[in-house]
Amino acid sequence: MSFVPGQPVTAVVQRIEIQKLRQGNNLILGFSIGGGIDQDPGQNPFSEDKTDKGIYVTRITSGGPADVAGLMMGDKIMQVNGWDMTMVTHDKARKRLTKKNEDVVRLLVTRKSLEEAVKHSMGGYPRP
Amino acid sequence: MDTESTYSGYSYYSGRSRGSHRHGERSRDRHKSRSKDSRSEKSVTINTPPAEPLLGDSAVRGEQVQDDNWGETTTAVTGTSEHSLSQEDIVRITKDLEDSVGLDCRRYFTRTLAVILGLLVFLTPLAFLVLPHLLWPEKLQSCGTACEGLFISVAFKLLILLLAVWALFFRPARAGLPRVFVFRALLAVLVLLFVVSYWLFYGVRILDSQDENYQGIVQYAVSLVDALLFIHYLAIVLLELRQLQPCFSVCVTRSTDGETRHYNLGQLSIQRAALAIIEHYYCDFPVHNPALLSASKSRAAKHLAGLKVYNVDGPGNNAAAAGLAHSQSRAMIAAAARRRDTSHNELYYEEAEHERRVRKRKARLVVAVEEAFTHIKRMQEEEQKKAPGDVMDPREAAQAIFPSMARALQKYLRTTKQQHCHSMESIQQHLAFCITNNMTPKAFLESYLTPGPTLQYSRDHWLARQWTLISEASVTSGLKDGGVFLLKCVDFSLVVTSKKIPYIQMSEEYIDPKSHKFVLRLQSETSV
Repeated sequence: MSFVPGQPVTAVVQRIEIQKLRQGNNLILGFSIGGGIDQDPGQNPFSEDKTDKGIYVTRITSGGPADVAGLMMGDKIMQVNGWDMTMVTHDKARKRLTKKNEDVVRLLVTRKSLEEAVKHSMGGYPRP
Repeated sequence: MDTESTYSGYSYYSGRSRGSHRHGERSRDRHKSRSKDSRSEKSVTINTPPAEPLLGDSAVRGEQVQDDNWGETTTAVTGTSEHSLSQEDIVRITKDLEDSVGLDCRRYFTRTLAVILGLLVFLTPLAFLVLPHLLWPEKLQSCGTACEGLFISVAFKLLILLLAVWALFFRPARAGLPRVFVFRALLAVLVLLFVVSYWLFYGVRILDSQDENYQGIVQYAVSLVDALLFIHYLAIVLLELRQLQPCFSVCVTRSTDGETRHYNLGQLSIQRAALAIIEHYYCDFPVHNPALLSASKSRAAKHLAGLKVYNVDGPGNNAAAAGLAHSQSRAMIAAAARRRDTSHNELYYEEAEHERRVRKRKARLVVAVEEAFTHIKRMQEEEQKKAPGDVMDPREAAQAIFPSMARALQKYLRTTKQQHCHSMESIQQHLAFCITNNMTPKAFLESYLTPGPTLQYSRDHWLARQWTLISEASVTSGLKDGGVFLLKCVDFSLVVTSKKIPYIQMSEEYIDPKSHKFVLRLQSETSV
């Protein structure tokens, strides 16, 4: 999942739809994010490539909306409701996820195990 | 003719940009002005270059160009300096003569009163003990052990009281203050009243009735001595301890050159505060040098010197003389404001030039002194025994090396206008002192490079030992917030303002030493 500047990013993603839960005055999703282009990528325990400044899921509240929807710890979030999350600041990512007028967030997430699964099932990348 | 040329000069200066046809006339005018004496037509000096000296400046420059000659300057200090110290000296001497007689009288009077009071206080307990033995010895009960023990205690307490009074009161008087010292007077009255009341009681109850109980009498004497010790304690607290805690911050400014210092004083009366400030003045303030003030005086004279007011309406109107003077001064101010004068320019270049000159002379001086110091060497003990010839003591050594640095030092002192503070004799003495104590040339020069406090110079420079305290409030009243008073001496005055130190409210915050915990914050995590 390393990114080569100038080339489009290719990844195997999973679509996850999370319904926000109303708790008091807030709509919560039930997970924590880390990373961003303004953060130190070397501290990220979940990324393979330590220069990857993407947004990662660092914690999931068990029983929360994210857990129910199938989000897993260590997932890299690629898109939120159509908005790109591979090249955003940490605060921008937070804002995209916590919009008050949206009840549902549709994430595109990727993880190592997805790629492995595809590789296994296809027996290598299909090359014409 | 004079007036016309003056006005034309002004108009040419202001209207320089217009009318090239005036060129010929202008150059003619300049010619005329230069041929005449520039001092009489001061208004035309605007056109002439600023470097032309005025009356005041030329005198100063003339001094410096003069041939360097030690004897001339050391003996004629009062004659050549612009400040005319001789007149001030005469005034000061006559004032000293007048006042010293009156002050001494007062001092002796207070001293004798104090001594009489002291004797009275000391002899009273002894008299109490001795009188019964003299007056009715047969009737008196013999003194038992307890009574004799009390004798010892009386003796030691009197000894302690004697030492304490000597320590507190019998110190050389520092100064003569204008008004009586209120606390001391109150204490003296208290002691007197106290002793008198004890005598009254003794006289009535013991002498008249001829009491036989000697132990009671001795205990009475002991109680007197105890009470005297307590009064002494009260004296210490009132006279010494009360003003130790700082309560006021006073700002002292010298009126001639603006030197300012700040001091913290306790609750003192104005006259005692003034005394404390004067003692600090002698240690902290650099010596007052009147020669440094001449430049600003000459500038001030120049500001108004270029204007002359002519009364064109005729000499008639005496009734409106006051109004005339008022309007004259206003006209002068207006004209001075309108005139474009270049005195700021002159000041800037003059100061830069002076700075450069001082630095050059300082460099020459430092080199000369360092070289002079290399000519002598301290002789060791063994060498002294071997070669007894041509050995000099410090004074002779100083005299031997002084001529090589004399010229450079004298030039430097003249440039910084300090030559009247140091006589040749004092410089040689200082040099001998530095040589004796193994000081470096830099240490020797330090007292000449920076003006030191007044105490450093010879006695005739402690120009004023006579100070006048000028105050709107009574001088025995205490310092107040926002109070102002003046300490005037012959040459200058010190302006003193006092401000109260504010009440400080301090609060406490406890930090548990275990609460200092840290965590790395390079990767932030937000829960959504």
